[in-house]
Amino acid sequence: MNSGKTSLAVAALRNGTVIDQIPSASLFKAARILDIESATTAVTIGNNLPSKKLGSKGIIKVADTTYAEDTLNRIALIAPAAKVNVIRDYAVVEKRQVRLPDTIVGLVRCANPKCITNNEPMKTRFDVVDRNDVTLRCCYCGQDVKAADAIIE
Amino acid sequence: MNQNSLVSISDISREEILHILDVAAYFERNPNHKLLDGKVVATLFFEPSTRTRLSFETAVNRLAGRVIGFSDAATTSSSKGETLKDTIKMVSNYVDLIIMRHYLEGAARYATEVTDTPIINAGDGAHQHPSQTMLDLYSIRKTQGTLKDQTITLVGDLKYGRTVHSLIMAMKYFNPTFRFVACNELQMPEVYKQFCRDNGIAFSEHTDFSSDVINSSDIIYMTRVQRERFTDIDEYERVKNIYTLNASMLQDAKENMRILHPLPRVNEIAQDVDDDPHAYYFDQARNGLYVRQALICRALGIDILK
Repeated sequence: MNSGKTSLAVAALRNGTVIDQIPSASLFKAARILDIESATTAVTIGNNLPSKKLGSKGIIKVADTTYAEDTLNRIALIAPAAKVNVIRDYAVVEKRQVRLPDTIVGLVRCANPKCITNNEPMKTRFDVVDRNDVTLRCCYCGQDVKAADAIIE
Repeated sequence: MNQNSLVSISDISREEILHILDVAAYFERNPNHKLLDGKVVATLFFEPSTRTRLSFETAVNRLAGRVIGFSDAATTSSSKGETLKDTIKMVSNYVDLIIMRHYLEGAARYATEVTDTPIINAGDGAHQHPSQTMLDLYSIRKTQGTLKDQTITLVGDLKYGRTVHSLIMAMKYFNPTFRFVACNELQMPEVYKQFCRDNGIAFSEHTDFSSDVINSSDIIYMTRVQRERFTDIDEYERVKNIYTLNASMLQDAKENMRILHPLPRVNEIAQDVDDDPHAYYFDQARNGLYVRQALICRALGIDILK
């Protein structure tokens, strides 16, 4: 009985999407990218769960919801190793890794206060200039920002 | 977005750079043409700049175009809170070309995205000022006969100076050797040094503005060291005169060497240099007119050499 309780740290999902392998420190950023706050179906969030790969990980389960690929790929910015599982009837029907897009529109705020994007009602746009070190470059003012330091709008 | 817009020097290729310089050389020989007859050009200067605005407006006038615009954002609707987008969209209805300077970085790139009218960036904050870079290239080619294999010494504020950064980027096609002469606080940023390494450009760094450096240079590019750039005012007081060029330092300079400066200068070039044959900064400013004539023609799809 006891072991059954502890092994299910996060409740199983009947239908929906699971985003796994999120670094613990990035969990709430990932939740913001998915706009979890506006979700109306059941959401389960776990954090600081043991992970062989990451040491400590976060996980997000959203019932009865699927996300566009573009939306999920934006998570790669802060969780490059995140895995997406689409669940139907308790079974994984689709499994994939998020992939960082070449350009990121309207997600990250430019750190340069003199950048036009911080002074006009407009969307930001960044090119990914280094995939290993995840570095973005503002398409307007040219300033670089590391994903780890990026301010999510 | 109009493909003829010019926001950054990196928007144009080596061949296009050379072609623009050829067109500028043509305008130096024949400055007056009725190429813009019936055309209206807007000069939108959200930030004041006497030299750049006057040379662009002179360029339009010498090509027989007409100019509208403003030289200070305080007199426009942007002071009432109008967005840049709205100002650009509105002005686009009236003119064939917009030449703009803005205090915000990336403003020109954004402007190209909201209109089909061509835009020439005449400076956006500390970011880009491609017509300045083109006139620097023109001055180097004119005084040295070529852009290739030049030894170029950049002196002064290498940290914040956008002109020196853009010059490095534009010179990547022409196998230059750079010397960076600056105090510790105003060294060339790592990103531009990495750019040099990535593009096989030789460079060395110096804190001394020594006679060795001066005497082996083909071009000495001076920039203004501004007091407000220093976090440590004592450091400013220590270095402000170290990077001042005076005529006695030029005795053993190469005959072909020329001194460039984007202007305005304050005290980094002594007045006694003005009469030295190596001084070229006032001619450099005049070259800005021909280069801007060439850039205006490019933006409007006019090729006078065809």
